[in-house]
Amino acid sequence: MKTLSRSLCTALLGTALGLAGTAVQAKTLTLCWAAWDPANALVELSKDFTKQSGVEMKFEFVPWTSYADRFLNELNSHSKLCDLIVGDSQWIGGSAENGHYVKLNEFFDKNGIKMSDFAQPTVLGYSEWPKHSPNYWALPAMGDAVGWTYRKDWFAKPELRQEFKTKYGRELAPPKTWDEFMQVAKFFQNRVIDGKKVYGAYIFTERGSEGITMGVTNVMYDYGFDYDNPKKPYEMNGFVNSAGAVKGLEIYKEIFKCCTAPGMTNAYMSEGLDAFKSGQVAMQMNWFAFFPGLYKAMGADKIGFFVNPSGPDGHYTQLGGQGLSVVSYSDNRAEALQYMKWFAQPAVQKKWWSLGGYSCLKAVLNDPSFPGSAPFAGDFLVSMNMVKDFWAEPIYATLLLDMQKRIHDYVVADKGSAQDALNGLTKDWTRDFKDAGKL
Amino acid sequence: MSDRAISWLFISPTLLLLLAINIFPLIWTIRMSLTNYKANMGWMKYRSVGIDNYVDILTDSDIWEAMQTTAHFVFWSIFIEVVLGFGLALLINRKFRGHSFWTTIILLPMMLSPAVVGNFWTFLFQPQSGLFNYVVSFFSGVDPASFQMIGDVKLAPWTIVLVDVWMWTPYVMLICLAGLRSIPDYIYEAAEVDRASAWRRFRSVTLPMVMPFLMLAVLFRGIENFKMFDMVNLLTNGGPGSLTETVSITLKRAAFEKWQTGWSSALAIILFLTVFGAANIYIKVLNKVKQR
Repeated sequence: MKTLSRSLCTALLGTALGLAGTAVQAKTLTLCWAAWDPANALVELSKDFTKQSGVEMKFEFVPWTSYADRFLNELNSHSKLCDLIVGDSQWIGGSAENGHYVKLNEFFDKNGIKMSDFAQPTVLGYSEWPKHSPNYWALPAMGDAVGWTYRKDWFAKPELRQEFKTKYGRELAPPKTWDEFMQVAKFFQNRVIDGKKVYGAYIFTERGSEGITMGVTNVMYDYGFDYDNPKKPYEMNGFVNSAGAVKGLEIYKEIFKCCTAPGMTNAYMSEGLDAFKSGQVAMQMNWFAFFPGLYKAMGADKIGFFVNPSGPDGHYTQLGGQGLSVVSYSDNRAEALQYMKWFAQPAVQKKWWSLGGYSCLKAVLNDPSFPGSAPFAGDFLVSMNMVKDFWAEPIYATLLLDMQKRIHDYVVADKGSAQDALNGLTKDWTRDFKDAGKL
Repeated sequence: MSDRAISWLFISPTLLLLLAINIFPLIWTIRMSLTNYKANMGWMKYRSVGIDNYVDILTDSDIWEAMQTTAHFVFWSIFIEVVLGFGLALLINRKFRGHSFWTTIILLPMMLSPAVVGNFWTFLFQPQSGLFNYVVSFFSGVDPASFQMIGDVKLAPWTIVLVDVWMWTPYVMLICLAGLRSIPDYIYEAAEVDRASAWRRFRSVTLPMVMPFLMLAVLFRGIENFKMFDMVNLLTNGGPGSLTETVSITLKRAAFEKWQTGWSSALAIILFLTVFGAANIYIKVLNKVKQR
C-alpha cells in the first residue's frame, strides 16, 4: 500500500510538473528573411520584443541568391516554417492572390496602425495589392532603393580635380545626370591611383536571379521606360520598347563596356561591395541597405554617397526593400500579429533605424534630425521619393526571368540590338500575361 | 509454391521499385506535358492543351539556340576527350618509372564532384585574381586582366569545353586503357613477325581493337554531356547572356524558376526521346563495329 501511494504521488507530481512546464514554455515565432546586415539588426531589435512579450524569436535567414526560390517554395507548399516573413516587394501580388499572406486591414484598423503614417511609396511598393487599392498585406518594414557610393578620397585629390576640370570644364563631383556619370566613369577608368589600376564604375550584371534587371532599370526609367501604358494596363508595346527605353538600355551597355572592371559579367550586391571596399572602382551601384555597414567599414574619409543620376525623361531609381507579412499557414498568428503591432510603434521604428534598418515610418523619416543622422540618410529620403518598382504580379518570376535573359543577352553577350532586346521582351511579357489570363 | 511463383516473389520488389521511381514518373511527366500545369500553383485547376507545349518548344528559337549550344559543347568536349584520352592511354600503357603515381594523378579530376569543379574553376578563371589568367600571362606575356574566360562572348563556350575536358579525359583514358590491355600480345608479335611498322600496327591492330571501347566512351560521355547541368550551372550559369545555356539549364529555368511545369515536362520528354533515339542508333552502329 505504501509503495502504491508513493507511486501515485510520484505520478501526480510528474504530471503537475509537466503541466507547469507547458504553461511556462514560451511561444516561439520564426521570422524569415534574407541573410544580410539589416537582418542582423532585426535580430538585435527583436530582443526587446521577447523581453516585453515573453515570445521567443527564431530567425531563418538565407542568402539573397536563394532567398526568393527558398521562401516562395515554402509559401507555395503552404509550409508552416515561417510565422512572419519579410518578403520582397514583387511577391505581394502572388502572395495576396494565392492566400499566402494574412490580409491586414482589419488588424490595422483595430490597432490604430495607419498606412498614412508610412511613406507613400513604401505602402504602394510593399503593402498594397492590387496596387493603388486600400488592401494591405504587409507592413512596410525595410525601405530600400538603389543608390551610389563614390570614393570621396579619390574625388578630393587635387591633381585629379585639376585634370578633370581642365578636361570637362567643371568640378569633379558626384554626378547628377547620366551624361556627367559617363564623364566621371571614363575619367577614372584604367587610371592608376595609389599605385593600383582602378576602374570607373560598378554596376549590377548578375544573370541568375534579378541583378541585371535591378541595375538597368535605374537608367531606363530616366530615359522613358515604362512597364505598360499608364492608361491601359498591360499594353506594353511602345512603352517597354520605346525609343527612350532603347536609349537607356544602350547607355547601360556603354557603361558596362567602357567603365567596369574586367570579369564583372555576373555580379550583384556582394561583388559590388568587395570591388568598392578593395579600392577597385570609383563609383558603386548598390542598395542603400548596405550603406551603414559599408560606411562603418570604410570610414568617413573614403566613402561618399549620391542618388541615382537623372536622365532626359525624369529622375527615378529602382525600389528595393520589403514588407513584413504574417504567413497565413502559421499556427502562431496571434503572436505574429502581436510582433507586427510592436514593430509598428514609433519608438521601435526609431531604434530600428539606429540599428541599421531603414524605417518607412514618416515619424522617423520626417524627423528634422533624420537627414543628418547618417551621411546617406538625406540621399535615402530623396531616393525613396523617386522610386519605381518592377512588376508585382503573381507571375513576376516569369516576367523577371524574361527580362534577365533579354537584357543580359544584349548587354553582356552582345546579342542583337537594344531595340531587338526590348521588342523581344515586349513579346515575352505579352505572351506571359496572355498565359496568365490578363490579356 | 511453384518455381515461377518464387521467382516472381523475388523480383517483384525490384519491379515495384522500378515502376514507382522510373515508370510512374515517366507516365506522369507525359501526362503533365499535355497540360498547362504549374507546380507552384498546384491548388489551381489546370487544363489540357493537347500538343501545344510540344509545338511551342519545337518552334521556339531560344530552344534551338540552346540545342546548338549543347551540340557545340557535346561535340567538342567529346572530340578532345577522345583524342587526349586515347593518347594518354597509349602513354600510360607503356611501362615506365612512376607509372602508378602518374596514373593516379591523371585520374584525380574525375574523382571530384562536378559542383566542386564548377566552383573552383570559377575562381581560377577570375580575370584579376584567378590563377588561369596568370598562367596564360606567364607563357604569353598578355596582361592577365586584359581577357576573361567566363564573361567573354567568344571564350565562354570554350570555357565549359575546357573544364569538361580537364575533368573527364581521364575517364576516356581509363576505358581506352581497358581496351588496350585487352589486346592479346600474340597479335602484336605476329605483326612484328610480318615486319609491320609501328604505324601499321597501330592502324591495323590497336585502333580497330580499341574502337568498340572508344565508341563506348563516346556513348557514355555523349549521354552525360547532353544532360550536363551542375558543372555548367556553377561555372557560367548559362551566361554570358544565354551563350552557354545548355538545354538542361533551359529546362531547369522553365521548371523550377518560371514554374512552367507542363511546358518543361514536354521539353523533358523531347530531350529524353532525343537521347534515347540517338543512343539506340549508336548502339546499333557499335554492335556492327564489334562484329567486324
